[in-house]
Amino acid sequence: MTAVDHRPASAAEVVEAVGGAERIVPRGGGTKPALWSVDGADVLDVSALGGITEYLPSEYTVTALAGTLLAEVEARLAAEGQYLPFDPLLVAAGSTVGGAVAAGANGPGRLRYGGLRDFLLAVTFVDGRGEIVRGGAKVVKNAAGFDLPKLMVGSLGRLGVLTECTFKVFPHPESCATLRVAGMALDEAIEAAGRVGAGAVEIECLDLVHGLAGWDLEIRIGGRSFALDARLKRAADLLDTDVITLSGDADASLWRTRREFGWASPDASVLKLPLTPATAGALEQVLAGLDASHVARAYSAGIQQAFVAWPAERVADLPALDRALTGAKLTALALRAPANAANQPILGYRTGGELLCRVEQALDPAGRFGRL
Amino acid sequence: MATADAADFLDALTRRLGPDRVLTGAAPMAAYESDALTAFRARPRAVVLVDSAEEVVDVVRLCAAANVPFLARGSGTSLSGGSLPVHDGVVIAMNRLNRILEVDPVRRTAVVEPGVVNLAVSDAAAPYGLYYSPDPSSQSVCTIGGNLAFNSGGAHCLKYGMTSNHVLGLEVVLPDGEVIEIGGDSLEGVGPDLVGLFVGSEGLFGIATRITLRLLPKPETYFTLLAAYDSLAAAGEAVAAVVASGLLPGAMEIMDNLAIEAAEAAVGAGYPLDAEGLLIVELEGEKQQVAAESALLLEVVRRSKPYLEHIASDPDDRMRIWKGRKSAFSAVGRLSPDYIVQDGVVPRSRLGEALTKIQRLGEEHGIRVANVFHAGDGNLHPLILFDGRVEGELERAEELAGEILRLCIDLGGSITGEHGVGMEKRQYLGEMFGEADLDAMRRIRLAIDPAELANRGKMFPDAEAPALLSHGPHPLEAAGVISRE
Ligand SMILES: Cc1cc2nc3c(=O)[nH]c(=O)nc-3n(C[C@H](O)[C@H](O)[C@H](O)COP(=O)(O)OP(=O)(O)OC[C@H]3O[C@@H](n4cnc5c(N)ncnc54)[C@H](O)[C@@H]3O)c2cc1C
Ligand SMILES: Cc1cc2nc3c(=O)[nH]c(=O)nc-3n(C[C@H](O)[C@H](O)[C@H](O)COP(=O)(O)OP(=O)(O)OC[C@H]3O[C@@H](n4cnc5c(N)ncnc54)[C@H](O)[C@@H]3O)c2cc1C
Repeated sequence: MTAVDHRPASAAEVVEAVGGAERIVPRGGGTKPALWSVDGADVLDVSALGGITEYLPSEYTVTALAGTLLAEVEARLAAEGQYLPFDPLLVAAGSTVGGAVAAGANGPGRLRYGGLRDFLLAVTFVDGRGEIVRGGAKVVKNAAGFDLPKLMVGSLGRLGVLTECTFKVFPHPESCATLRVAGMALDEAIEAAGRVGAGAVEIECLDLVHGLAGWDLEIRIGGRSFALDARLKRAADLLDTDVITLSGDADASLWRTRREFGWASPDASVLKLPLTPATAGALEQVLAGLDASHVARAYSAGIQQAFVAWPAERVADLPALDRALTGAKLTALALRAPANAANQPILGYRTGGELLCRVEQALDPAGRFGRL
Repeated sequence: MATADAADFLDALTRRLGPDRVLTGAAPMAAYESDALTAFRARPRAVVLVDSAEEVVDVVRLCAAANVPFLARGSGTSLSGGSLPVHDGVVIAMNRLNRILEVDPVRRTAVVEPGVVNLAVSDAAAPYGLYYSPDPSSQSVCTIGGNLAFNSGGAHCLKYGMTSNHVLGLEVVLPDGEVIEIGGDSLEGVGPDLVGLFVGSEGLFGIATRITLRLLPKPETYFTLLAAYDSLAAAGEAVAAVVASGLLPGAMEIMDNLAIEAAEAAVGAGYPLDAEGLLIVELEGEKQQVAAESALLLEVVRRSKPYLEHIASDPDDRMRIWKGRKSAFSAVGRLSPDYIVQDGVVPRSRLGEALTKIQRLGEEHGIRVANVFHAGDGNLHPLILFDGRVEGELERAEELAGEILRLCIDLGGSITGEHGVGMEKRQYLGEMFGEADLDAMRRIRLAIDPAELANRGKMFPDAEAPALLSHGPHPLEAAGVISRE
């Protein structure tokens, strides 16, 4: 692992570090090494920029410095019965506020109310010219100026070093439980997912996980305790097959494990791919074409994204995967990949390159953070 | 531009679109000289009526080649002067680009042209049990393109968000005529959120020509509660109590006495005329859940001691309640020859303080202010009533409007929740943001549009302003920031 070159404790020190470096990449908790290990670049560790600076439960807003552990934020919110509805990934692994925003990745729970982009209200960051820039506002609604908070979502440390972020939060559902159908064929599972999704029951999470005996469909429902059983039954009726219900700890630990990637082998490269129920088949074909139909994977958040654990022994085939994804018009973000393959965290089909170039030119004219 | 070049430019537009779809001259263009902020007018060089995305691209390229500023215009309902023509520029009227290209019930997406009217999307989605969630009060006329430019909202944006939260993918003509695709049809993305950056950019980054929208399943049921209070503050406290209870309503709106009176006179919504504050709270979702939540909601609201409560008895009753709220702007217009709508946001817990101060400011200026607002998200809509024919009233109204914006900034909020900065609030953007913040935005604008052709003069405080026509001097004029023809 690359040594840390800078550990600023204030935005002013970030400015100093950025100004003095030719190439520099921010690192949060270091949980997504594929995203911050860049050859020849200084590593700027933001972990000293930690702490919740303002939490107003009655405003549904929380503000934290970028190096704050998401685990700390979640614990504070939980004490008030609130949560981050985008369901951040790798919280226990040490994900930070800034790292989560820069990676722009969401967990299964993003299905219900939206992703990180929908819950980020304000940001402060240091751009490539060493300027401290503020965007958005610390209120739940705002349309003034360009939406810089959204621009920073998924920016992978290439547009600026985040120093502070404000999120909108929501009340946590009073209770949750999960329905599971095991061992389905993929087509069958997608069809069943569509049926439940089109029904009236509002769903927190809907994931399909590739297991030994086919695909497991998992549907999480949350809300007022009083109504939960009736709603679970309603959803189960739509599934029309053998259903297991998980509640209490079993329910909670299932989804906790899912967002920590407990199902992926520790040395695998973990990829995230945006897609839809209609394009999941295209990913399956890509994998089959590369003789990789066996790899561990999940379709998550109502089949709006896939997580694929690409095996360590097939690292040499990542370029082939890149080409096949491009052909299938699919895009992947390497959340974790071997350090030597990591200079380009995005694989496959890209859009908006021309616009992104212009934005990079504006915020980081000298290319200090590198280009995506 | 030299006269000969100007003539060449118009010739080129006419060759591309035909003479019928290139309007010039005062009379044909009169309808395009202002938007819903009627205090501003400006005369464009030409108005072009485009029929296809290809025509938008060609018009933008002609403008870029001739260095002529341009802007897209949807239905011209902007309340901030956003669709005010750029003086001597080209207005690209998008209304004919109004096809719904696809509704996909499996993906739950709609692909639309930008001139499609907001409500038409929900109508097209209805056969599949789906709808398009953002619901500006102007939804029966305003376009998706205009919604996108301002990140428009509505009463029902508390739970599922504003326009930005519902736009998945875009085809965009950049100001130099380059065509790009951003986003896609998934809720998820990879890389910087360029769709998020484009939405809310007020037309300064170019023109969207194709838009992929997210659709939601129609809520199975609603529970709509009307509660009347003898003070505005009491209604505000009820909102705080609902928030604290952990409930997440689909909408939470408040109207004051003047707004109630106006809405009653206009549509007869059945509102109690003597209420000082009227709260509308609506739960939406699946039956069992709403049933469980409504019991809690009633308990919480009753504790706030409204003197009257009414639960919508059926869908018609519910529509009537909403019709009153949604017609409030135009209804208040009946009380007064002219009005300005402000759109500031304050932290929810400071709503009461903000309303009291607004009331006092109104009294100080001798101007009536009606209030309807999205209480759930702290988005105020003070309606400042004046008579433009009375010497000095416009100026006093605008002065009051400015003081209200400063109040919102001071309380830690925003100058606009959904109507955009446009022309109207340009000078306040620099009070809300610091110089470095504005500079970053300016650099992005200039990197995307170095010649500042797209909607020139809007949003930025120091941007070269369009010349304006008619009416008394605007404060910006008095300050020498803008001038009129
Ligand atoms: C399946 C899996 C299992 C893992 N298991 C472990 C484990 O057991 N233990 C462990 O330590 N790690 C583990 N990791 C590594 C884990 O990937 C990261 O350490 C964490 O999620 C990312 O958040 P972060 O704060 O750590 O961001 P980082 O990984 O530090 O950074 C993510 C991206 O955000 C950018 N960034 C970070 N902070 C900022 C900022 N302030 N401003 C701008 N950009 C910023 C970076 O440049 C990078 O592009 C695992 C990863 C995966 C995929
Ligand atoms: C009575 C009334 C009630 C209203 N209620 C609400 C409300 O509840 N909530 C709310 O948010 N707003 C409300 N508004 C304001 C207004 O309706 C919205 O701002 C709306 O989105 C404007 O849409 P439009 O089609 O009229 O756009 P226009 O006014 O024509 O244009 C607005 C801006 O969008 C840009 N634009 C248009 N098309 C495109 C495109 N294809 N690509 C890029 N930029 C484009 C224009 O250049 C301009 O800058 C209300 C207005 C009125 C008059």
